[in-house]
Amino acid sequence: MFLRIFCLLITLSFCPAVSAEQAQLKKVSFIPLWKPQAQFAGYYVAYEKGLYKAAGLDVTILEGGPENPPEEMLAAGTADFGVMWLSPALRRRAEGMKIVNISQIVQRSALMLVARKSSGILKPQDMAGKKVSLWEGDLQLQPQAFLRDNGVQAQIVPQGYTVNLFLMGGVDVISAMWYNEYHTLLNAGFNSDELSTFFFSDYGLNFPEDGIYCREETLRDAPQAAAAFVRASLAGWRYAFEHPDETLDIVLRYMQTAHVPANRVHQRWMLERMKDLILPGNDAAALGRLNQNDYLRVSGELARKGLIKAAPAFDSFSIPVQDEP
Amino acid sequence: MKIRSLAVKFILYVSGCCVVILLAIIGFNYRFSEGIIMAKIRENAENLALRTVNKIEIELASVKKTADTVADYLEEGAVSKERIERLLKLVVVNNKELYGMGIAFEPYAFDPKSLYFCPYYAKEKSGLVLYNLGAEAYRYFTLDWYQIPRELGRAVWTEPYFDDVLMASYSVPFYQASAQGRKLKGIVNADISLQWLTDIVSSVKIFKTGDAYLISRNGMIITHPLKELIMNETVFSVAESRNDPALREIGRRMVRGESGFVPFTSLARNKKSWMYYAPVPSTGWTLAVVFPQDELFEDIRRQTALTGAMAGAGIIFLVLVIALLAHSITKPLRLISRAAHSIGEGNFDAKLPAVDSADEVGRLSRAFGNMQSALKEYIKRLTETTAAKERIESELKIAHEIQTGILPRIFPAFPDRKEFDIYAMMEPAKEVGGDFYDFCLIDEKRLFFVMGDVSGKGVPAALFMMITKTLLKNEALQGLAAHEILYKVNNILALDNTATMFATVFCGILDTATGEVEFANAGHNPPLVSLDGRPFEFLTVDKGFVLGPMQNFKFTSRKLNLGHGDTIFLYTDGVTEAMDPEKRLFSEQRLQDALSRLGRDKYLVEMIRTVREEVSVFVRNAPQSDDITMLILRFN
Repeated sequence: MFLRIFCLLITLSFCPAVSAEQAQLKKVSFIPLWKPQAQFAGYYVAYEKGLYKAAGLDVTILEGGPENPPEEMLAAGTADFGVMWLSPALRRRAEGMKIVNISQIVQRSALMLVARKSSGILKPQDMAGKKVSLWEGDLQLQPQAFLRDNGVQAQIVPQGYTVNLFLMGGVDVISAMWYNEYHTLLNAGFNSDELSTFFFSDYGLNFPEDGIYCREETLRDAPQAAAAFVRASLAGWRYAFEHPDETLDIVLRYMQTAHVPANRVHQRWMLERMKDLILPGNDAAALGRLNQNDYLRVSGELARKGLIKAAPAFDSFSIPVQDEP
Repeated sequence: MKIRSLAVKFILYVSGCCVVILLAIIGFNYRFSEGIIMAKIRENAENLALRTVNKIEIELASVKKTADTVADYLEEGAVSKERIERLLKLVVVNNKELYGMGIAFEPYAFDPKSLYFCPYYAKEKSGLVLYNLGAEAYRYFTLDWYQIPRELGRAVWTEPYFDDVLMASYSVPFYQASAQGRKLKGIVNADISLQWLTDIVSSVKIFKTGDAYLISRNGMIITHPLKELIMNETVFSVAESRNDPALREIGRRMVRGESGFVPFTSLARNKKSWMYYAPVPSTGWTLAVVFPQDELFEDIRRQTALTGAMAGAGIIFLVLVIALLAHSITKPLRLISRAAHSIGEGNFDAKLPAVDSADEVGRLSRAFGNMQSALKEYIKRLTETTAAKERIESELKIAHEIQTGILPRIFPAFPDRKEFDIYAMMEPAKEVGGDFYDFCLIDEKRLFFVMGDVSGKGVPAALFMMITKTLLKNEALQGLAAHEILYKVNNILALDNTATMFATVFCGILDTATGEVEFANAGHNPPLVSLDGRPFEFLTVDKGFVLGPMQNFKFTSRKLNLGHGDTIFLYTDGVTEAMDPEKRLFSEQRLQDALSRLGRDKYLVEMIRTVREEVSVFVRNAPQSDDITMLILRFN
């Protein structure tokens, strides 16, 4: 393991872009999609383990959260790199915002619907006429398509930040992120065999989620920096998956600094699920790449819903800089 | 290992038994007390939990009542913004337990032009503040306090949350009656600080380290002595991090609103404990009280330790008493033993321990004293007796020498006489015997030989034998015939024979020129003769009568002619009646056979010794009971 990191460091330090700017590190900023949690473990680890510095970057990780949406920070130029989901990013791009996907981190959609088995919901059709709570915005795309594809008419209830409405029996079906709310349900006393789960990725609705985005001009002005950032971030993820305990220590420290409730068990679950989502089937070759079929699926659904008029060309949207010299 | 000391043996056995008995009693007592305590603790825990739950319920009930009243009022009909705000202010000011209260309306329900309407009075540090909640950044419709009662259609206590302090909301939906039925108008939301709750729960003190904690409907830890758990861990996440499926199961029972008394590992100290949990019915929370096991049983443990210490001290005391007692017994025993050893070495004046107790040791000591003096007396007497005996023995020894001295013992007895050989031996059973033999030349050609056996043994027999032998020799030297010799000697012996002793005698006179033997017998065993080369045979003799008891007995002489090499063998009954250990006699037959096997050519001395040897072999280790006397004469 050490050898791999070491080789990586060597490779990075011999990168010509870095050599050119070796005298001083290039300052860049990065905004995660949300407050610190294991969903962004790779970036924190890359920073804490000095992988960014080794890549010639002086990275500032900005504090994410509802007040700091990455799309706004990127648009305003307050952040150079940011994490966005594919569908909102695609919409912004279609609306004219000049952002590009320089790396697709999460390959598999973690979004799912969960129901109590005791409520009689075992297959999608069982949701007919039931109360289904859905998050607002882009998070509705997959469940709406799912209900439509399965010919289910359900009573949609807007979903807030907690799972309490579901826990108290206010709704029959709840939206959940596999790495987050689903485990919250388990940590509220549900056993996994008491829950019916519907992963959209299993129903032909795999919408890749977290990707690294930047403005087109950022990529144009400093292509080496972008490539270095992506490569170091991917290295950070690999390190995180191989050193889960050390990674959890790092993540929990970030969470405490941000005054976010920090539950190690929950973060461990999240880190393990991130590995399943980032390296589905342990396919290291696909790491960091946006699959064109996924892209077409998401853009097709957006167009179908009339949320975009025309999908941007794949090649202009996805620029996998990790392969750049 | 052999225990050599009586005291150690006593101490080991008695104290060992005591330890076993005490341990059994203490162990039983501990188990029994433990059972009682567990039952009591369960009852205590239940009472404590229910008392605490009641306290919480009372506080919650007053908040509930206030909010319910406001909701009821709002259902009465449309109210102006000012009245609503005045009402809220009044309620918040007058209810000290309230942190704040808001009335949130459904979209456009209060003002058809306004999506949000939610006046909210809060007790800030600066004083009472009115907020108008509801904005694009605060879309209350999807917040728990609004959405949950809305969707459930009933009042609820929401999950506690952190807003600087721990807070909880009680939310009541209110409705407007219309033609279509009841229609939701909004939610009355009462916020309370849960500081009092924390205070109530943390005021529960159980022993030194016991505590109480509260969990929400979702299993979230709401209050706990360990601050970092609060609103951060659920019972289930703790169970997962501890990898404790049993705790998860307990958690599931807790959130289902059950109650129970279960073994538990305390969260704060990781100590083995017992936990009683009971629901707070109005909120669906669960209160748990935790009794640290070691402290539960501390009293009985201390009691047991004390009992154990007392038992230990008791056993030490017991050991001392046993040691003293054993010492009081073994000390005289040791002294007696030492005295016995000393006596054994011959010191009969060894001092005995003075024991004046009436117990067995005292009796032993006295008995030993008696034995010692008796022994002393006995030994004294024995010494005297031994001295007397030794004197007698020495006298007997002299007598033996005298007796054997008067028998001719130098062989060959007549080295210059080639016409006959003679050999004899006498072996008394005691120092002195009653057997005798004798031979002498009466004149140049006649050899007198005699063998006798006096009745009885020992000194009297020896004396009688001396007389008889002397008389026989005297009479023989007179030149008398054999039967005349016997006749005369008999009369002399019978004269004053008060002891009525008698003697058997066989005597003969050999004419050394012709080989003719004239012989007479006075009740003696017939001799064996070997004539003309034939084997030994018993000589035919007159039985006669023993010398001594009767005067004037007439004996007769017979004659026998010895040829060249003929041999005559005389013996006493000490030979034929020698007994083996089984009391069988050597017998005339064996004697005859033994002599016949030897034949005629052997030296006389060798023949006598061989016969003696055969007798010895026959009797084996049996003691010699009678004098053994043999005489052999061969005519050449």
